[in-house]
Amino acid sequence: MTLRPLLLALAFATAFSPLASSAQDAPAAAHGEMAPIAIGDIAITGPFTRATLPNAPVGGGFLTLTNNGTEDDRLLSASSPIARDTQIHEMAMEGDVMKMRQLVDGLVIPAGQSVVLEPGGYHIMFMGLTQALVEGETVPVTLTFEKAGTITIDLPVGTAAADAPSGHMGH
Amino acid sequence: MNLTHLRTVLWTLVAVAALAATGLYVYTTMTRTSQVAGLGQADYQLLTAAGDAFTRDSLKGSPSMLFFGFTHCPEVCPTSLAEMTSWYEALGDEAKDLRSFFVTVDPERDTAAVIDDYVSWTGHVTGVTGTPDEIAKAAQSWGVFYEKVPLEGSDYTMDHTASIFLVNAAGEFEGTIAYRESSDTALAKLRRLLEG
Ligand SMILES: [Cu+2]
Repeated sequence: MTLRPLLLALAFATAFSPLASSAQDAPAAAHGEMAPIAIGDIAITGPFTRATLPNAPVGGGFLTLTNNGTEDDRLLSASSPIARDTQIHEMAMEGDVMKMRQLVDGLVIPAGQSVVLEPGGYHIMFMGLTQALVEGETVPVTLTFEKAGTITIDLPVGTAAADAPSGHMGH
Repeated sequence: MNLTHLRTVLWTLVAVAALAATGLYVYTTMTRTSQVAGLGQADYQLLTAAGDAFTRDSLKGSPSMLFFGFTHCPEVCPTSLAEMTSWYEALGDEAKDLRSFFVTVDPERDTAAVIDDYVSWTGHVTGVTGTPDEIAKAAQSWGVFYEKVPLEGSDYTMDHTASIFLVNAAGEFEGTIAYRESSDTALAKLRRLLEG
């Protein structure tokens, strides 16, 4: 066996590792710890969105929701002045196919647990952006929970999607 | 366990990992040639954003990256376009013959003007659109899955294959770069494609 196929094979094997490393692209790590935001029993940490590419019609909002209460709560809806419509979505890769679903019944935040909205998974989806999202600025989003009520928070705009996969470019 | 034993165990693990990786590589290479010969070889009549014809023959002459997506894509498409752009930057002059095409799977919304706006910032990627029928032919030819998924109101999104196809100068399928594949691996694949 020559060396070249072995090297290629190893390169191929390492192709399976990026998902593991991308899991470390935690918003808190990329954007610094923010003061905790809370409404009722729900604590909101690590909110961010991404700068949009030119003429991108959609964007995503990301944050972690922790339910410190003893009863399940539910993120029912989201809204923002930056978009024609704001929805709660789930994205997943099934094999090499990207699938996205709207969570029409909202997103359950189980008692005593955290639910992470992050690239590649649950997200707040801004549909029909009325403006470009510019790195360094913030955009407001209003979240309505079944039990905890309604709160408006600011999402800091991080780097473009360009920087997200590796998590260490442009920082 | 003493050191000698530990060393033996570790070297055994290394050997096993190398063998497994080699086996996987050989397996994928073999299945690739048997299963995907003819990928992209059916006839389809699309148009670039500039209005030029885009057919299977358009992929001949120099190596290409080929991606199927849509502008209303939340993450995979903008990320992939950004990564493709970064690979051009990393390859510099090596990539002077490399062409890239972004074919919409959402031709109803992605008109030539819309898709041109969407990809033009990359400086390297050509937008491609067409009639729904011809898009379907092209996607089927490349083994690309896509499907319209309704959202609240009159909105919809698209599920779609997220891999980037690597096409050689003869217009033949050479492999793929998976979504979020490491840039080192992607660059190695591109260099291999460009070496011919
Ligand atoms: Cu979405």
